[in-house]
Amino acid sequence: MTEQGISEYKELAWQGLWKNNPGLVQLLGLCPLLAVTSTVTNALGLGLATLLVLVASNTTVSLIRLWVPKEIRIPIFVLIIAAFVTCVQLLMNAFTYGLYQSLGIFLPLIVTNCVIIGRAEAYASKNPIKKASFDGLMMGLGFTLVLLILGAIREILGQGTLFDGADLLLGDWAASLRIEVFHFDSKFLLAILPPGAFFAMGFLIAAKNAIDTKITVRKPKEENKTIERVRVNFDAQ
Amino acid sequence: MLSSVSKNAKVLALFAVIATAIVGLVNEATKGRIIAQEQAQLLKVLHSIIPPKLHNNDIYNDCKIITDPLLGNKEQTAYLAKYNNKPIAAAITATAPDGYNGNINLIVAINTNGRISGVRILKHQETPGLGDKIEERKSTWITRFSGKILPEENDNQWAVRKDGGMFDQFTGATITPRAVVKAVKKVALYFKSHQQSLFEQGKSCRPESDKLTQEMVENEND
Repeated sequence: MTEQGISEYKELAWQGLWKNNPGLVQLLGLCPLLAVTSTVTNALGLGLATLLVLVASNTTVSLIRLWVPKEIRIPIFVLIIAAFVTCVQLLMNAFTYGLYQSLGIFLPLIVTNCVIIGRAEAYASKNPIKKASFDGLMMGLGFTLVLLILGAIREILGQGTLFDGADLLLGDWAASLRIEVFHFDSKFLLAILPPGAFFAMGFLIAAKNAIDTKITVRKPKEENKTIERVRVNFDAQ
Repeated sequence: MLSSVSKNAKVLALFAVIATAIVGLVNEATKGRIIAQEQAQLLKVLHSIIPPKLHNNDIYNDCKIITDPLLGNKEQTAYLAKYNNKPIAAAITATAPDGYNGNINLIVAINTNGRISGVRILKHQETPGLGDKIEERKSTWITRFSGKILPEENDNQWAVRKDGGMFDQFTGATITPRAVVKAVKKVALYFKSHQQSLFEQGKSCRPESDKLTQEMVENEND
């Protein structure tokens, strides 16, 4: 692989995991993001399902990009995504039944997750298969990471555990993964309920922006200020 | 112009056919396993409220569809446990319409000796951390019904403590346990008045074709 090729993949990974993270920066797919992250297990389950659909749809969209007339590309993308989501849903129903039940309505809702159609339209439909599937992988990983961090924060604050119910996702052996971080008699309800998700999400975005600001402040000379989307507030420092 | 429309229509139709075919194939491949999973889940619940040692019939298929205002006005299922054809217990599903956040679906097993054998929640949307203590996973509250003698119509003991009864409510959640206690009581009253007809021979709640999968469930449980 050429030097340029490698740096392009690096850029894709950087975009998906941090700079253009679908959860923290693009703020796509907030509905499942906020609703399902009450435990790490749920977050991991939905994250993996989304990742799988994203890679599969990006690959397929890229594969057929030359044969799809541009007037009808959106219905075709939706068709492909819906087919993959249905397949993932059936497979989860068959192999991880307990998790399928606890994820409930949010599994079919992956169809409406804007990350997936967004990546199909913005990247996969214009780029070769390898890059498109890599982009899907990185965007999916970025989304899954945000889900996991949110899930961990809310589960620790809300019920003082980590990986509660992991056996639903990974099989009986995973029941031993459950960690009781600390014990309290009455739970911190706010963390489990949807408002808690908004708070945690707000803090995560704030933390990311703070880190970004620090980085730009540390090396101000390199940048030629071609920033379009990053919101940086120098007054706040 | 017209030709591009017809070309686009053909391409779209082609993709629709391919996508449908893939979904159809996956559906075909997972169908058996999904049914088996659902059955295994139901059997697990049934076995937790009616000990498998106490009956020797095929409880999953020995069932009846029943409707009664006491059970919540929807179609409910009664699973009948028998030992050498002698009635032992019945597990009856019911809907409590007055949960804090909508319906609560539960299943109540009642012994023919006039005691509750066990109760489990099948589905609910109660507040996490408060009302969801009715789940067996979260708290042992639901097991306190086991062994209780069936109530009379005007039995004041069958209520939460706040209403002068014998069942604890949860801190911060009274409506949920109240709804569950009320629903269990109603099922018990239904069982008392329908016990005879319940165990009479009748049509199974399952079509014949469904029974084939029973074998798969047993394999699954081994």
